[in-house]
Amino acid sequence: MSSARPITDTAAAYDVDRIRRDFPILARQVHGKPLVYLDNGASAQKPEAVIEAEARCYREFYSNVHRGVHFMSQASTSAFEAARGKVAGLLNAASDKEIVFTRGATEAINLVAYSYVRPKLKAGDEILISAMEHHSNIVPWQLLCEETGARLVVVPISDAGEISLDDVESRINGRTRIVSIMHVSNALGTINPIGEIIRLAHAKGVPVLVDGAQAVPHMRVDVQALEADFYVFAGHKLYGPSGVGVLYGRYELLKAMPPWQGGGDMIRSVSFERTEFAEPPARFEAGTPNIAGVIGLGAAVDYIRALDPAAIAAHEVDLLRYATELVADIPGVRIIGTARDKASVLSFVMDDAHPHDIGTILDGDGVAIRSGHHCAQPVMQRFGIPATARASFGIYNTREEVEQLAASIHKVRDLFA
Amino acid sequence: MTRLAALYQHVVIDHNRSPRNYRPVNPHSHHAVGYNPLCGDRVELFLDVYEGIIRDIGFQGESCAIATASASLLTATLMGRRVDEARSIARRFNAELEGTEPPAGVEGLGELEALLAVRNFPGREKCARLAWRALEAALGGEAALAVTTEAERSGSG
Repeated sequence: MSSARPITDTAAAYDVDRIRRDFPILARQVHGKPLVYLDNGASAQKPEAVIEAEARCYREFYSNVHRGVHFMSQASTSAFEAARGKVAGLLNAASDKEIVFTRGATEAINLVAYSYVRPKLKAGDEILISAMEHHSNIVPWQLLCEETGARLVVVPISDAGEISLDDVESRINGRTRIVSIMHVSNALGTINPIGEIIRLAHAKGVPVLVDGAQAVPHMRVDVQALEADFYVFAGHKLYGPSGVGVLYGRYELLKAMPPWQGGGDMIRSVSFERTEFAEPPARFEAGTPNIAGVIGLGAAVDYIRALDPAAIAAHEVDLLRYATELVADIPGVRIIGTARDKASVLSFVMDDAHPHDIGTILDGDGVAIRSGHHCAQPVMQRFGIPATARASFGIYNTREEVEQLAASIHKVRDLFA
Repeated sequence: MTRLAALYQHVVIDHNRSPRNYRPVNPHSHHAVGYNPLCGDRVELFLDVYEGIIRDIGFQGESCAIATASASLLTATLMGRRVDEARSIARRFNAELEGTEPPAGVEGLGELEALLAVRNFPGREKCARLAWRALEAALGGEAALAVTTEAERSGSG
């Protein structure tokens, strides 16, 4: 992140008003107030281009994919496969064949857990995660551990919400079968030194899965430069449709993996004696996929790639800094997650108001934030709090919206303090 | 009164800031924990019932303003009442929250009416209900059992 760069440099290049016009929902009001949507970490809004791409698919050429010889099936298949190419481009994958479409990031993690890790897992083996993981990167591994007698090992986090590389290195050993760590924390905003973590793991021959759900919307990700073995993300946080996610896997790993779910589209030939499985990625895409969703995700990738990633990062860092400054200034507010390297997530608690009351009062001003444990209860336990309020910023948020956020938090304080 | 002002009216703010009977009751005859896994709200309720009378009632826990005020109001309302009266009040409160016809022959809710504004906040009704679910569990004999206002659904991100 170019956090040291002066804001004025990019202000001219980054036209937030033009971007806002691309998102029809941002024009609406909530409780009679303009919508201030600051819950992008949970799910982002969709630009017209994505809405239109899905609608066009249904209006103009929808059919099942990879099946028919008729015109419509060919048209749908080619739009579907074009989206795969776009995602491969987004992540700089070596080949389109390394992109598997799933229902979301959660399913992508489960796919790796069951197809790649489970077959080689024995009692006493270890799986390494961090203390800041989302439940989706905890529970699949716990299920495997319960089944096999393997052990879940957890890298601790500091009071600022950071991982120390020494703590990672000391926990990787001959029994470690996989390291599975989030790129950016949804609850704290921490950007993990994922490249370093991958190097440490690879030095000991251990593969790494990166949960990039919160990273892909905010920064350029290059899976080859990172040397990631697996990288997962969700379409809906990248301004794309819900119900579609991505598993990137290095091809030689995918090729050696058994199928996860059986069904149509993932086979080469089936008889009752024997089934031959298709090559990746088809091997992992049993059944009719989310066709329009994948095509919509392709449009979201086109949309985001048309913007300058450095300008997005600078804009979001500016919003985060401004929000941190205004919110930290409010008496009784404590910010949770103060890592040096942070994405645009601002989690906080207040002395006299519970996060749910904060959420309700902000909602009255049209300000949408998340309140709760963010599917990261171990993080809440680490900080000794039941929940936080979280504002998370995206490409279309503005400094004025940050000011509205702060003004509404002042209201909470006036009511409760 | 605006929607928000109705929700956070004086009675609720006051009971949240200075919860009544915020203490364990020992010894107690009935006890239950209400827990909402979605937001982490937790209300632990203690009752000392003797010959059908709630001689003492108290609660502890950590929760949002609505859940805390509801628990506080519950204890203040039910202190010294007969158990069958307490059940009637709980039935009436639940009926009013659901917007259904209150059962006949039950008195008005008094200060508890302040909580009924949650009807305009579908996401927050469970907060007002938490202590009452705990009461039901405690009186129903599911003592020391955790009860929840809803099944856990783990949302995204």
